[in-house]
Amino acid sequence: MATEKIIMAGFGGQGVMSMGQLLTYAGMIENKQVSWLPSYGPEMRGGTANCAVIVSDSPVGSPIITGDATAAIVMNLPSLIKFEENLKPEGKLVINSSLIEKKAERKDINAYYVPANEIANELGNSKVANMVMLGAYLELTKIVPIETVIDALKKVFGPSKQDLVPLNKEALERGANCVK
Amino acid sequence: MAVVFDRTQGLAEKQFHYCPGCTHGIIHRLVGEVLEELGVLGDAIGVAPVGCSVLAYDYFNCDMHEAAHGRAPAVATGIKRVLPEGVVFTYQGDGDLASIGTAEIIHAAHRGEKITTIFVNNAIYGMTGGQMAPTTLIGQKATTAPYGRDAVDTGMPLRMSEMLATIDGAVFVERTTVHNVAGIRKTKKAIKKAFEVQLAGLGFGIVEILSTCPTNWGITPVESLKWLEENMIPYYPLGNFRTPEEGK
Amino acid sequence: MDKVLMKGNEAIGAAAIKAGCKHFFGYPITPQNELPEFMSRELPKIDGVFVQAESEVAAINMIYGAAGTGARVMTSSSSPGIALKQEGISYLAGAELPCVIVNISRGGPGLGGIQPSQADYYQSTRGGGNGDYRHLVYAPATLQEAVDLTIEAFDIADYYRNPVIVLGDGMIGQMMEPVEFKEPKKRDLPDKDWTTTGTKRNRKPNIINSLALDPAELEKHNIKLDKKYKTIEEKEVRHEMYKMDNAEVVLVAYGTTSRIVKNAIDALEEEGISVGLIRPITLWPFPYKAFAEIPNTCKALLSVEMSMGQMIDDVKIANEGKLPVHFYGRSGGMIPTPEAIMEKVKEIWGGAK
Repeated sequence: MATEKIIMAGFGGQGVMSMGQLLTYAGMIENKQVSWLPSYGPEMRGGTANCAVIVSDSPVGSPIITGDATAAIVMNLPSLIKFEENLKPEGKLVINSSLIEKKAERKDINAYYVPANEIANELGNSKVANMVMLGAYLELTKIVPIETVIDALKKVFGPSKQDLVPLNKEALERGANCVK
Repeated sequence: MAVVFDRTQGLAEKQFHYCPGCTHGIIHRLVGEVLEELGVLGDAIGVAPVGCSVLAYDYFNCDMHEAAHGRAPAVATGIKRVLPEGVVFTYQGDGDLASIGTAEIIHAAHRGEKITTIFVNNAIYGMTGGQMAPTTLIGQKATTAPYGRDAVDTGMPLRMSEMLATIDGAVFVERTTVHNVAGIRKTKKAIKKAFEVQLAGLGFGIVEILSTCPTNWGITPVESLKWLEENMIPYYPLGNFRTPEEGK
Repeated sequence: MDKVLMKGNEAIGAAAIKAGCKHFFGYPITPQNELPEFMSRELPKIDGVFVQAESEVAAINMIYGAAGTGARVMTSSSSPGIALKQEGISYLAGAELPCVIVNISRGGPGLGGIQPSQADYYQSTRGGGNGDYRHLVYAPATLQEAVDLTIEAFDIADYYRNPVIVLGDGMIGQMMEPVEFKEPKKRDLPDKDWTTTGTKRNRKPNIINSLALDPAELEKHNIKLDKKYKTIEEKEVRHEMYKMDNAEVVLVAYGTTSRIVKNAIDALEEEGISVGLIRPITLWPFPYKAFAEIPNTCKALLSVEMSMGQMIDDVKIANEGKLPVHFYGRSGGMIPTPEAIMEKVKEIWGGAK
């Protein structure tokens, strides 16, 4: 891996920001160079939210991702429409097919369809749809092991929420299985 | 021979620059005496304003901090928050406190800052040459109200003590005068009380003191004392507006 | 592992606490809100004080009062709020009080926007307040640098008895990167014998003041200040050079823009075009002397900014008329792309051949 540049986008409340922070955290644990850059402002209050995550073997230059995203994880339709064009050729587009019926338009990229909300609901908690998406992305790129993401999760959750770790782990694994 | 009158330790040995008949000198002395009598001169930090009393930092015999116009209560807040054991006071005129510094005084009171404010109201901008203040009386002439203050264009004179007394954090609010001996005695009592409120950690205290400005009022010192009594006191009634209840 | 993943605004707050700052006075404004929020959460835990002032004007005057006691104090804001603080900054400089002021800047003029911008270069380096005064301006490009410079800013402020500005933009404030809080190197700092903490009746009163009605006295004071500023220019200027060997075009950029510029430079290198970067880390003092080291292969300079062109004035001063000076900028919260910078460089490079 040289440099992974990932755009994550969705509705506010879909856990897009925390998914990005988790991957950033895991990258840091793996001694990689990382940055996390959120969109901010009024759109944070319930509209679309997105963040740019860079995980690299060399120091991160610009934390902004423009037309050179290596991957995009889109949780809703507006995000697909907005960010498909930001992928570079051969980039990976992970689409939440539970909420997005539309298919990827570009032929020079690789699209993957993950029914994240359905899987999350099967697991009994719709909030882990983001983890399902992240699991699929990790399987596709292997930039950090799922175990490291779990380690990061344990630190982010703190002692009071350790009981949520198994659920999140299962969600990551189910997402990974979708694209195996 | 017994000493019957002496310079207070609270004032530096420096001659005031104030005009003849101005009552700033009396008020300075009262503050100095109170600081000395309460034994807090060594802990006192005063904040001087912009206005006639801009040089107050040279007159008080304690650490002094010169503030920007109107900002003394904010500066005092900064000092007191670092030094909760310090005895912090601001000395401000009516242009400083009632015009440019309204936000700072209201919110220092609102936060219940444990500071003491000495507010000298002489119904005019003195240092800049007699312009209209928010406290200038209706009909009173000023260099920016040459035909006399008109309520239609400039509103009614602002009563700061009444306004501040509506704020919970302002636990001691009193208006006094220094145009006669009885008034001077009451003023000193009020200043002392305001500092005691601070020392007890009860909240914000302010003493509004009606004062004269013969130079900019364009009358003699003696006439100005009479003018204060006949014109200012009817509009700015003397008395206590708030005081911490005894025994609390 | 000593690194922690933090948001820029919080990292700057944590750095201030590391530097011994226990008193913070602020007022909400986007995109720096996480900084006062962090301080309101953390300072009470160490017997510190957080005050949410009624305005930026009040906040900077609280800083003025608190700094007078000798405490390490900080305030933060964003562009229009920093404009309001200029009154206090001038007083702080005039009365020679140390403090650290953080500007997480946004687009202007006026209320402007809330997205990243570098349109406060003039405000920061030329002084928005009145009078003959200067203050150091640090412009970090990464969160680690923001942490290191914030910690150092407190020492510098104390050492020179002068306000110091840490200038980031919304990107620095909002992004997350791993940071490490290293023990700062110890500086010999002068005793603070000038503070207003009460005389305890065993010394003469101290007076903190910026008023001097006697013009001769004021001039003397200004000459003294100027001497201090000259020392800062001599000793505290800082910059980074990047890929300057054989550079045919030299770019000048600071803060987050410099990171985008580095991406463009690397990509141009792959295409066989040699481009270098001078990155001012202190905006005032500006690294004028660094321009003497520009190799003679260089045909032109390009100032890249998130503004309509402000630092370019300093680039021109530093250049002393030797090379053509070009400009590329985006404004209002729009961020330059590496591609657009590359295109501009190629345009200059083609024309300069």
